[in-house]
Amino acid sequence: MPNPGNSQRIAFFFLFLATLLIVVPVGLIIVIIIQKGLPAINWQFLTDIPRQGMRAGGIFPAIVGTVYIVSGAIVFALPTGLLAAIYLSEYAKDNFLTRIVKLAIVNLAGVPSVVYGLFGLALFVGFLKFGVSILSGSLTLGIMILPLIITTSREALESVPYSFREVSLSLGASKWQTIRYLVLPNAISGILTGTILGLGRAAGETAPILFTVAAFYLPQLPRSIFDQAMALPYHLYVISTQVPNVDEKIKYGTALVLLVLVLFMNLVAIIIRYRFRKKKKW
Amino acid sequence: MVKFSVKLLGVWFGAIHALKNVSVDISTSEILGIIGPANSGKTTFLRTLNRLNELAPDFRISGEVKFSGQNIAEIDLEILRKKVGMVFALPIPLPLSVFDNIAYGIRMHGLRNKKRQQEVVEKALKQAYLWDEVKDRLQEPAFKLSGGQQQRLCIARTLAVEPEVILFDEPCSGLDPISTAKVEEAMLKLKTVYTIVLVTNNVKQAARVGDKTAFFLSGELIEINETKRLFTAPSDKRTDDYLSGKFG
Repeated sequence: MPNPGNSQRIAFFFLFLATLLIVVPVGLIIVIIIQKGLPAINWQFLTDIPRQGMRAGGIFPAIVGTVYIVSGAIVFALPTGLLAAIYLSEYAKDNFLTRIVKLAIVNLAGVPSVVYGLFGLALFVGFLKFGVSILSGSLTLGIMILPLIITTSREALESVPYSFREVSLSLGASKWQTIRYLVLPNAISGILTGTILGLGRAAGETAPILFTVAAFYLPQLPRSIFDQAMALPYHLYVISTQVPNVDEKIKYGTALVLLVLVLFMNLVAIIIRYRFRKKKKW
Repeated sequence: MVKFSVKLLGVWFGAIHALKNVSVDISTSEILGIIGPANSGKTTFLRTLNRLNELAPDFRISGEVKFSGQNIAEIDLEILRKKVGMVFALPIPLPLSVFDNIAYGIRMHGLRNKKRQQEVVEKALKQAYLWDEVKDRLQEPAFKLSGGQQQRLCIARTLAVEPEVILFDEPCSGLDPISTAKVEEAMLKLKTVYTIVLVTNNVKQAARVGDKTAFFLSGELIEINETKRLFTAPSDKRTDDYLSGKFG
């Protein structure tokens, strides 16, 4: 006869082991990057341009480039994604076509980012003649995070109880007023969370910007949205594989800056969600 | 005066035939109680009057419903629903403050003046017998009120847009007897000014507050009469059986 105490101990052991297998690598990544990267971080590293063929100096143009590209992506993707989400969850009739569109959007989130990069190269750089530029890169990243923004926004909108809409409509409010003054304010935390997670993802991607915006080495700041720009993930790739004899601490320092940037965005998302949850009144 | 004139009303949700050949007139300044077992079409009938059924994607309707002599399909949806208010079975305070809950409707209808809004909110809360209990709590979240207070809040919210008719959909189903008595008291006062249609699972409630009572069964209107007559001398055997508790 199996002993219940023993089988429970065995189950606990494997559950614990699995958790450990997840936690340890993540912890190690963070510890190693901090340990090796922290010595590189100083004021000059953050504010100077790269010097001596990227073997010295700072990474300021890459930080600025990433901020520009990601901001551009969000300026394009948030309004577009939100409006599409409102249409899909509130207006579109629940028929075969709508369901196909919803399914397609969910699946688009799983398309490899390099495919978005090629798409951006073909459409924005080539066909629309934006060239290799911040505009092309931002639009490509924007399209890449659109599925994420649409899906999280839709979930946020649909989580607002149906009964609230009935109450609003029964008082003679129009459908649009109901969405604008009742549904949206109660969905905003979910929408913002999705947006910031999208931002984080956009900031860390290399492949979509590879062909569309990223400059190998550009020791000056971009002047317009039609300029190329350096970006942190691509810069990290370049100094890790394309330039010989780069000091290890510069690589890890760059990785640390990128990591902190992305984690900071996720932290902001968590804080926003927490504050809105506390305010939630149902 | 006839407020609602319903002729040969049929309602379907997909394959389900929810209402069959219902014809009834609803007059001003009286309470029409609607009783009947579950799934008899009471709530569907109510939601036909403010066209809330139309939110269901597979809804179909036949027959004719006239509001003040005008076919409801031809009335602007927002105007119809402003004039025909509804109080739902469960109290549903919006996730706003007490004040903003009451002011929600009038704001949607374009009243921007803060002072006017305050007047309307106070008047509505007084009509719903809630003012004394919440006058110092207007900025609190409405969900912090008790269940009975929340339901009177919902009544006040409906009153604030100054409807002509109020539809009550089992408004006391979740309330204790004391809260129920307060809601019924409010209804009796309101009937002098408003036309009231009250759907209820509680036969005694219909007997207490209804001027007229209608009995629905399986989507059909079996009988409608003065409340006293219907309860003392029902003309249909099924009404008698329901009232005497033979089925429910």
